[in-house]
Amino acid sequence: MSDVTPPPAVLGTPAGDGATATSRGARLAPSALHPADLFRVASIGLRSRRLRASLSALGIAIGIAAMVAVLGISESSKANLLQALDKLGTNLLVVEAGGGFIGNEDPVLPTTSETMLRRIGPVEEVSSVTSVDATVLRTDLAPSDQTGGITVKAVDTQLLDTLVGETANGEWLDESRAGLPVVVLGSVAAERLGIADVGDGVQVWLGGQWFTVIGIMEPFELAPDLDSSAVIGRDIAIADLGAAEAPGTVYLRTDPDQVDDVQAVIALTANPENPDQVEVTRPSDAIEARAAASNAFTALFLGLGAVALLVGGVGIANVMVISVLERRSEIGLRRALGATRRHVSVQFLSEALLLSAAGGLAGVMLGAAVTAVYDAARGWEIVVPVVGLAGGVAAALAIGAVAGLYPATRAARLAPTDALRTV
Amino acid sequence: MGVTASAPAPEDVVIMLRDVVKEYPGDPPTRVLHGVDLVVRQGELLAIVGPSGSGKSTLLHIMGTLDRPTSGEVHIAGYDVARLADRQLSSLRSREIGFVFQQFFLLPGMSAADNVADGLLYTGRRLRDRRARAREALVRVGLGHRLDYNTEKLSGGERQRVAIARALVGEPSVVLADEPTGNLDSRSGDALVELLHELNDDGSTIVVITHDHDIAGSLRRQVAMRDGLIEADSTREARDLRDSGGALRDAAR
Repeated sequence: MSDVTPPPAVLGTPAGDGATATSRGARLAPSALHPADLFRVASIGLRSRRLRASLSALGIAIGIAAMVAVLGISESSKANLLQALDKLGTNLLVVEAGGGFIGNEDPVLPTTSETMLRRIGPVEEVSSVTSVDATVLRTDLAPSDQTGGITVKAVDTQLLDTLVGETANGEWLDESRAGLPVVVLGSVAAERLGIADVGDGVQVWLGGQWFTVIGIMEPFELAPDLDSSAVIGRDIAIADLGAAEAPGTVYLRTDPDQVDDVQAVIALTANPENPDQVEVTRPSDAIEARAAASNAFTALFLGLGAVALLVGGVGIANVMVISVLERRSEIGLRRALGATRRHVSVQFLSEALLLSAAGGLAGVMLGAAVTAVYDAARGWEIVVPVVGLAGGVAAALAIGAVAGLYPATRAARLAPTDALRTV
Repeated sequence: MGVTASAPAPEDVVIMLRDVVKEYPGDPPTRVLHGVDLVVRQGELLAIVGPSGSGKSTLLHIMGTLDRPTSGEVHIAGYDVARLADRQLSSLRSREIGFVFQQFFLLPGMSAADNVADGLLYTGRRLRDRRARAREALVRVGLGHRLDYNTEKLSGGERQRVAIARALVGEPSVVLADEPTGNLDSRSGDALVELLHELNDDGSTIVVITHDHDIAGSLRRQVAMRDGLIEADSTREARDLRDSGGALRDAAR
């Protein structure tokens, strides 16, 4: 078809015009296609080929759902971890004996270590825990080997603040009762002893005497080993149960800005003679490591989702190319009815966009649902990131546009006479 | 009716072709039309008849502005096609030309009324207006009782009537029908030709392209084509006269 330069605005005025009221020779108004009609025209191709349309939209939906769910779950998990970190703080350091050996003896912290550590400038709080060689039994008649793995720990009363622990039931030790035979149970220990309530002065047989249970703890996020312990006051532990005066574990709270500086001097301060026998850990590191690990997984799954999305896009391109081949006569008809090349290409592009938008919306909903179910199952707060939802639909549309571009161009290039030629 | 038209075209001329040549590229190029002159006036019902390869389909495409001639002049509804850009030709088709095809080309999954309304899709008219006109057009072709039928449930004859309604709905200057009875049995075909006569009586200008001499012979004017040229251009009255005079020329080969 030869190209012709567009003539001036007023076209083909025939001679004798004006004598009649016909529209002959008047200015040709351009062909038009209303946006509402475009939507109808674009959707009719999909409506008359439902199965094919759904399957190709499904490809996009799976990719988007995977990405949204991965983003949602990782956001929820991160939010959950950050919440925990926020509450527990990142400035807790744990000092224990360990590392080098001297002969057969297990390394221990010097008795003075707690006092020494308290003197480090930025250290704000210090408390310690000492293991006590005793068993806890439900009654004095129970065999002494049925300890259920519950250990006994002697603590000072500040420990609750230092570890940001919470009582589930009853109370924590206080100064006035540190020397009395009272005990606070960790969450696991209470469960193993079958004690859910401290209301009626329930007692346990601890190290050969009766101790009254005054409290049951929620799990300690920062010191999980306390969960399976029975916790008693340091004074009574030393006096009645022969506990060592030297601390087993020292917990420090420092100025949040100087954690690293403090960490560097702890070993020498706690045990100047054998600094290599001091181990320092930072429990929040573990939580942060968990967050970092989940980030790595997020990137991996996002990549997989992107691959699925890409495959979905190829599927749409494929379906659209086939559609253009199959619908040659429709293209020819539309050109005969007055569609311009542009109308034809916009129709097919819109069809691809509609397909991918449907897939994208379905995928976003599916992904959000997966996130919600997963979060609920984990007992987390449900976090569905808006960025993920909007991004999912936007990604689907972008894929649809790219996938639809070539078929649409091809449809527009088809000469009407070729399109109308049959067989 | 003169074969050559004198410029400028009179007011009632709908189609004017002057020395139209069409070549398809190749080595050597294939010349399909060898300088065709044709004038179609408002209110005519004519057949362009010829065997396959005579160039009648190419002529239809050029009259329908779906293709441009290699040389020569084409005026449709007063517009000089050579002076219009492709975009403007689309507009011309949407307003001034109605097409009817042998294969109907109805869109599946849509009602008869919606198919007809799509005849106005690219004119910029509103949907409500298009639907109202579509109903009127379907009533005109005798399908007032099939408005909301899915076209897949209609018979061949009914489908072609829907296609004719679609061609007519925009009240074009001319309707071009390409072998409109080609996919119909003879009874539906006869009924369709009768419908074309009725529509022509109501004022529609209709050009039927066919290889069927019976149909061509029943129309008021017959343009016979052979090898890319117009071989004969006669009215039914003249043919009847000739036949009755016994000087039968084999116009219906």
